[in-house]
Parts: sequence; structure tokens; C-alpha cells
Amino acid sequence: MSLMALRRQRRDHRGIEEAPDPGTRPLTDGGRATNPSTPAPGSGAAAAAVSATATEGASPPSWGPPGVAFGNSRRKNGRWGEGHWSHSYGHPRPRGPSSHTDDRHHHHVGRKLRALRRSPDNRVLGGVCGGVSRATGIDAMWVRIGFVLVAVASGVMVLAYPLAWLLVPMEGQTDNIYARAISDRRGIRTVAAILVPLLIAMQLITSSLHVSFVGFLGWPTFLSVGVLVLIWRNADPSEKAFIDDDVMPLLGADTDDGKGRRRLMARVVAGLLIAAGGIALLVEGHTTVAALRPVGGAALVIAASVVIFGPWWLSLFRDLIAERQARALAEERAQMAAHVHDSVLQTLALIQRASDDPQQVVRLARTQERELRAWLFEGRSPGAIGEDASLLAEGVGLLQRQVEADHGIAVQVVMVGDCPLDEALRALLDAAREATVNAAKWSGEDQVSVYAEVEADTVMLYVRDRGRGFDPDAVPEDRQGITQSIRARVARFGGTAVVRSAPGEGAEVQLSMPRRERVK
Amino acid sequence: MTGPTDGLPVTAPAPSGRPRIFLVEDHAVFRAGVRAELGNAVDVVGEADEAAAAIELISERLPDVVLLDVHLPGGGGHAVLGGVLPHHPEVQFLALSVSDAPEDVIDVIRAGARGYITKTISGPELLQAVYRVAAGDAVFSPRLAGFVLDAFAQVGAPAPGLDPELDQLSPREREVLRLIARGYTYKEVGRDLSISAKTVESHVSSVLRKLQLSTRHELTRWATDRRLV
Repeated sequence: MSLMALRRQRRDHRGIEEAPDPGTRPLTDGGRATNPSTPAPGSGAAAAAVSATATEGASPPSWGPPGVAFGNSRRKNGRWGEGHWSHSYGHPRPRGPSSHTDDRHHHHVGRKLRALRRSPDNRVLGGVCGGVSRATGIDAMWVRIGFVLVAVASGVMVLAYPLAWLLVPMEGQTDNIYARAISDRRGIRTVAAILVPLLIAMQLITSSLHVSFVGFLGWPTFLSVGVLVLIWRNADPSEKAFIDDDVMPLLGADTDDGKGRRRLMARVVAGLLIAAGGIALLVEGHTTVAALRPVGGAALVIAASVVIFGPWWLSLFRDLIAERQARALAEERAQMAAHVHDSVLQTLALIQRASDDPQQVVRLARTQERELRAWLFEGRSPGAIGEDASLLAEGVGLLQRQVEADHGIAVQVVMVGDCPLDEALRALLDAAREATVNAAKWSGEDQVSVYAEVEADTVMLYVRDRGRGFDPDAVPEDRQGITQSIRARVARFGGTAVVRSAPGEGAEVQLSMPRRERVK
Repeated sequence: MTGPTDGLPVTAPAPSGRPRIFLVEDHAVFRAGVRAELGNAVDVVGEADEAAAAIELISERLPDVVLLDVHLPGGGGHAVLGGVLPHHPEVQFLALSVSDAPEDVIDVIRAGARGYITKTISGPELLQAVYRVAAGDAVFSPRLAGFVLDAFAQVGAPAPGLDPELDQLSPREREVLRLIARGYTYKEVGRDLSISAKTVESHVSSVLRKLQLSTRHELTRWATDRRLV
């Protein structure tokens, strides 16, 4: 007789706990057969998708919206769910060891200055300001405003942005665009062939008109254009796609019929005429009397820039709103998918297993129906832990009882400390339950350990089984369990999920969630 | 657990061949279960199902390890510890209980048990625990490790009047306990921290000593909070 069985007897005897329902008991290999959509190798159905890089999903909410750029067009190609979850919609870029978690850590803890990298998420053009913001801790919006002011005031600084774009590598990459641009002979030749005569001509014309300072302003602008062309030619594919999809439209030059282009030309001509008028006024300002003229000239220059750039600004704004809406929609969808997975799909799997026990089926179906109704019509999320609990320990206890009752596995709970539940911690508990259920389904063991520790600024939660384990890298990417229910859930609130497992060595899901309400 | 050599720990050999075990447990079914699990690897020298009989028989037979149920008719495990240890400090006690309740944990440990395991433990792990205790080491279940972390939690600076030797856990001890609380075996703890299982044992023993000797305010408060002492 095993100790385990004895323990159960004893429990009943003491009336502490319900006996696990026999209909749901044998979940080891039987479980596999009845779950056709998930042909996974071993425990933690979940686990796999999240390997060492799991933490990258943790995008700090404080960064503000990622660049305008992240339209929906490319998301179609990206796989739903795996890898890039709540941040960067689908840039298939290589990532270095400096993942977001580290950055976030710095953000919270030390605001340490780190090597400058262009930000792939927080970008309008090249992500330079986003990178500066990340390195210094200053809000990106202020960095951008500062950049524009300095550029306008000095003129020469206009060139600084394209140069930074060219020279500073993207986050997670070691090469900059310059490394590739330098070998782009054709691009350099073309740019030089156009720029050099243009610059010479401009210099000649402006100096003959005795306004050579206008020429000096022209230099950085023209050079910037040249550098930008080189960037565009030599950016890596994902960045180039970004430029094509999200920067080019800002120029209003992406419409296929000639209309858009003609309109752009008209705008530029009108703007240039106004600017010429303004410059003429400025130039004459120092020879003739009117002290008001320079002001009028400045106004004209501003008007010119509004005429030329106004539509860009508008579309920038529109895109920003559209992008926000798209993101909210995606998030809602993910939340819904996670709920349905946890409740309806879970129940369906249980019903399949209990198909020879009509009473059990009826019970499961009834419970599920009630939950679903509560969710659809009363807005209570189904199967969510913590509705009845206000403290973490209560929530963990609820988790333990639910999983033990539904899945016939013993859940051994160890708690250190306790704290009130908030939305983020409820999400953490939901994720933990999912991990526990996964262990029940796949580990082949009859016991799983849950350890929760409340620290000053984080809550750590470990779900460990000593079952058959699996290779986290070998599990297919489309496994809903780990991606949506565990990782995305905690990532939504700034938490992380890491899975440690190897065949034959059990599995451990390590969850952590920053606490909103710190201990004083 | 079938054969006598199966799963024997290399790190904690019994003092003299098979350890002599005494079972104190009021459930006959459970006693039979433990006997079956331990098999021939130990020598069960006696059994008792209540405190008074247990004290008498243990003092007479002086086993290496007493497997002690915390809940007993006639005084509980606490009474057995109090009745035996003052006269026979060489007898080691390993508390074994179905209860996960914290008051049981602190009670028997403070009374002098060398370890606390719950009955969910597997046969080989139980045997391992028996050998550890027989060798004078401590045995912590995840539950007990969690309790110690909780009771020794460092909130702010240590209170004045505390002996830092006794009333604080070293960072290493904390790490070891945390892994045990997560369900790791000593061997797995050692592998994870790149130390030997023997070192893990010495950390755990040192924690046990602190647990028994500490006058730490939190320890008392912790127990009081849960209506103990």
C-alpha cells in the first residue's frame, strides 16, 4: 500500500478534503489519447514554447505605444502567439542576451545607463530617440521634442539623426547599418552622383545671391537625405519592411495611382514657394527697415512646413490611433482565447475522458454552462481564480482544491508570506493553475509542488513536477497552453514565465510578477 | 522500495548497518504501510499507538530513529519527545504527519525532532529521510522549509537583541531552503547550487539548530498568530 493512498484515506477520514472524483483520475497516458490537438512529447504541454527566452514577452507598460509602424499588415505573416506576444508585433529579428527583462529591471531598479541601442518597439523613424530614452530613463517624448528643437535651432543637428540611425545598432543586434552600407558601392555612387552636383549648385547659387547661410542650412539637409537613402537601401529586411510600410506612407507617396504623387508634388511646390517668400523676406530684413519682416518671414516658413508636412502629421496621428485600437483588439482577443481555453476546452477534454460516466459528464457540462453564462452575460471571467479570494494564500488554496478535484493529482502547496490579491496576481494565479493542470495532464506523476513566495517587490511562484519532462525547444509552437494561458497572461501585467525541463527530469514553471503594492 | 540496497543513499550511511526504527502511529493501516515501504532496509524494533506506551517502549529499546506521528491519543508527538529526549538524547526523532498545519511543524521541531516530513513522501524518499536522521542530519519537507523561510523572513533590519548567529539565515541557507520548498530533493538542490549533497545537509542541519535555539521574535509571533505556544 502506498503512502499516497493512505494519505487519501486519512484525509477522508478527517473530513478535510473531498476525495478526488474517480471519473477524472487516470490522466496519465489516457489523457494524451483524448487530446487530439496536442500531440506533445510529455509534460507541460505548455512549457515548451517558453524556453530561455520566455521573458522577452514582458514588455513594460510604461514605454508608451510602439512606433506608429506596427501595422496589421505584417502581423498576418507572424505566427499568432509564439515568441512575440505583447510587444513588437512580429519583427523576426535575432535577439541578443540583453532581453527586455533586463531593461525593465534597470528601469525599475537603477536606471542605469546602458550602451546605446536603437529601440525596435519605441520608434517613429529609426528608434534613436526610443533608444536614448531607454539608456537615460528620460521619457521618449521629451527626447523627441528635444531632438527636433536642437535640430531646428542649429541646422547642423538635422544630420545627427540619420547618422545615429546609420551608426547605432538595433537593440539585440551587434552590426549597425553602416557596416552594410559601406559595401553598397552602387548606392553610394548614386547618392553621390545626385548630391554632389546639387550641393555645388546650391552653394554657387546662394553665394551669388549673398545668402550663403541658406546654403549652409542646405548642406545637412541634403546630406541627411543621402544618408537616409543609404539606410533604406541597406537596412535589414525587417527594418526595411518597417520603413516601407510605416515611414514611406508618412510622405504620402505610397498611393499607387498617380494622384497621390501629384498631390505630393503640388504640396511641395506650394510649400517651396511660400518658403522662398519667407526666405526672401528674411534676406531683405537686414537691408530694409521693417523689423516685423523677419517675423512675417518666420511665419511664412512655418506655414510652408505645415503645408508640406501637415498631412504627414495628420496621418501620423491617425495611424497612432488605429494602432492603439488594433492593439486593444488583439489584447482582448488574447484574453478571450485564454479564457475559452481554460474553461470550455478544458471541460470538453474532461468530458471526453469521462464519457463512460454520464453523471460526471452532466456535472461538468452544467458547471461549464453556468460559468460560460456568468462570463457572457455578467462579465465574470470563467474559471478565474481569486473571485472568492482576497489574499494570495486563499487563491493558492483555491487553485489546489480545484486542480485536485478536477484532475486527480495531489497539489502540495508551500507558501511563504502573503499579500492581497490584485488583478496582476490573479493573472499570476490563473497562469499557475494552468501550469499545474499541465503537470496533471502530462507529467505522469500523481503529485505536483506549488511554491509561492511573496517578496518585497515581486511574487514568485513555482510549479514543479517530477514527471517525464520534455524538451522545451521541441514542443510545437502552436500549443495554446503555454503561450496564451501562462506566458501571455503574466506578460500582460509585466510578469515573466520561464520553463525548465528536460526529458526524464520533470518540469518546473517559474512565474514571477512585480507587485503593484509594495511593502513599505 | 523493494530490495534492501535499492535507493540507499551513499551520503548518509546508517551508523551500524540497518538502522533500528520505532514506529509511533495510531493508525494500524498506516503502520503496516510504512513497514511495507521500508521493507528490509531497516529493522523495525517496535510500534506503539499512543504516547505513554511509546515513551516506555522507546526508553527500553533505544532505537536509532523514531518515526513519530504528530497527532496521537494521549498527548501527541510533543509528549513523546518530552518524555524521551531528556533521558535519551541519542534517540533521533523524525516527525511524520498527514497534517500540513504549521502549528504541528513548529511544535515538534522546537520539541527536538530532527526533521518533519508529510505522509505524501514516497517510499524511497522516506527511507532516505530515515537514513539522514539516523546519521544525525536534519530532514526538511518542502512545508517545513517554507515555514522556516516565513518565520525567518527578513523585514527591515534585524531587531536589536537578536543573536545574528542564531536568529538569521545565511543567504546560502535561504537558497537551499527555497529550493527544498520548491520540491527539490537534496541531490537536486546540490546540483542546482553546484554544491555537494553533504554540504546541503550541513546547511539544513544548521538551519534546524537555529530553528530550535532561536529566540527570534518573529518565530514566537508566528506561532502565536496561529494560536500556538
